[in-house]
Amino acid sequence: MTLDQQLKHTGTLVNYYFVCKRKLWLFAHQINFETESDTVALGRLLSEISYDRQKKEIKIDEMISIDWIDFRNKVIHEVKKSDKLEEAHLWQVKYYLYFLESKGVQGFRAEINYPKFHKRELIELIDSDREYLKEVIKEIEEILPRDEIPEKVRIPACRSCSYFEFCWV
Amino acid sequence: MEKPFYIFSNGRIRRKDNTVFFEYGDSNDESQEEKESKPANRRAVPVETIDSIYLFGEVDLNNKVINFLGQNHIPIHFFNYYGYYTGTFYPREYAVSGHILVKQVSHYVDPGLRFAIAQEIIQSSNHNILKNLKYYERRYGDLSGFISHIENKNREMGSSRSIEELMGFEGQIHKRYFEAWNKILKSETFLFDKRTRMPPDNPINALISFGNSMVYATALSEIYKTQLNPAISYLHQPSTKRFSLSLDLAEIFKPLLVDRLIFSMINHNQIRENHFESNLEFCYLNEKGRRTFTEQFDEKLKTTVKHPSLKRNVSYRQLIKLECYKLVKHILGEEEFKGFRMWW
Ligand code: SF4
Repeated sequence: MTLDQQLKHTGTLVNYYFVCKRKLWLFAHQINFETESDTVALGRLLSEISYDRQKKEIKIDEMISIDWIDFRNKVIHEVKKSDKLEEAHLWQVKYYLYFLESKGVQGFRAEINYPKFHKRELIELIDSDREYLKEVIKEIEEILPRDEIPEKVRIPACRSCSYFEFCWV
Repeated sequence: MEKPFYIFSNGRIRRKDNTVFFEYGDSNDESQEEKESKPANRRAVPVETIDSIYLFGEVDLNNKVINFLGQNHIPIHFFNYYGYYTGTFYPREYAVSGHILVKQVSHYVDPGLRFAIAQEIIQSSNHNILKNLKYYERRYGDLSGFISHIENKNREMGSSRSIEELMGFEGQIHKRYFEAWNKILKSETFLFDKRTRMPPDNPINALISFGNSMVYATALSEIYKTQLNPAISYLHQPSTKRFSLSLDLAEIFKPLLVDRLIFSMINHNQIRENHFESNLEFCYLNEKGRRTFTEQFDEKLKTTVKHPSLKRNVSYRQLIKLECYKLVKHILGEEEFKGFRMWW
């Protein structure tokens, strides 16, 4: 995997870790199902995350779109449509910062813009985040090779999850 | 929403940018007059809206369009001049999971594990057959003898120990089931004598064969969307000629998708003698017949029911995909496979 692929891949894993462990496991076992709701879903099927080289942006689950990295000012720019920053998403962004650090690229922060709400939010990585992310990644690595599929638990996210039919049929 | 495209006319499929063009030439059955009154048809279809393609006519495809359809994960099902299924262009798998493949195979090589799935397939199929008979028993009566016979066989089948035994019971049950068709079908033309396949020798056999191959192809399209490998099957012997997992799934859905359709189309006089061509040895649906049947078949696939556990409306076509999901969960060791049984 190239660096940016690895970044995207693990970013998704971190995101799913916070959403649902089962989703994490299914995704990591290449069990992806198409949702047939609309044509947007087809795009999502082709790659859960699409990386548009021209626009230099990373899209995840059509939920967030991160402008690629502004190296001069050391900022990851991100635009968000809704006003809520979910835990899964927050840690995903923090993971990007963590990842950059681990590659020796220091001093980055993230800026999340909510144009609809004239709001922006700064995200910085602090020591306790680093510790926590280390734990998270360790746990992800522990979950992935398991032979057994993690149990399903009905949560609000199920409703719009692409595994909904698989899990609940 | 993606949907299947059925092409009956002769013509050509072309690609231009992200759009697929169906260029219809002349229909086989049309008179010269009809042909002249009609301008050349060209239909543009965005590729994202195509689920799969069924080709009945004489259609030209070049490698540019095949590559394009392959990249977009669109299977093409081919039928010959007589409407017999000839094969599928099954694009390179995009949903591959080594984990599932290993599990799928291990459930095949272990005779006990294989048998459990095979038995569940047959029992679901029998359940659906009985549903059909009971429905017509309520309407016309006169079927209770067939029903109790099949119920008994079904019970006896419970003691089978091998797939050969299962297949034996399945044969007996189908024989009885087909005999019952003569009580259901209200038409002289469509009397059931005995099931002949290759080639079908009368209209009813021709309809069954055509319908079954439509279910087969549809099931294959649904399997393609999952990580299951279509060549590894449980009830049917994995075969080099067919994607036999499709045959397994078709077994469960034929009573709902084909048999019910045949009964209602014949009894409502929607399918008639002039929809067939035949001589002494064989009989097949002509283009008009195929169009009529396929239209109704497609309607059937779009029919929705409220799913009891999902609590969402799902189409009959989606039911086939759900069956794949259940198989995946079974081979992953999560939940025992419980085949689709009509619940309405
Ligand atoms: S449907 Fe629910 S349980 Fe299943 S993977 Fe999605 S979030 Fe997890």
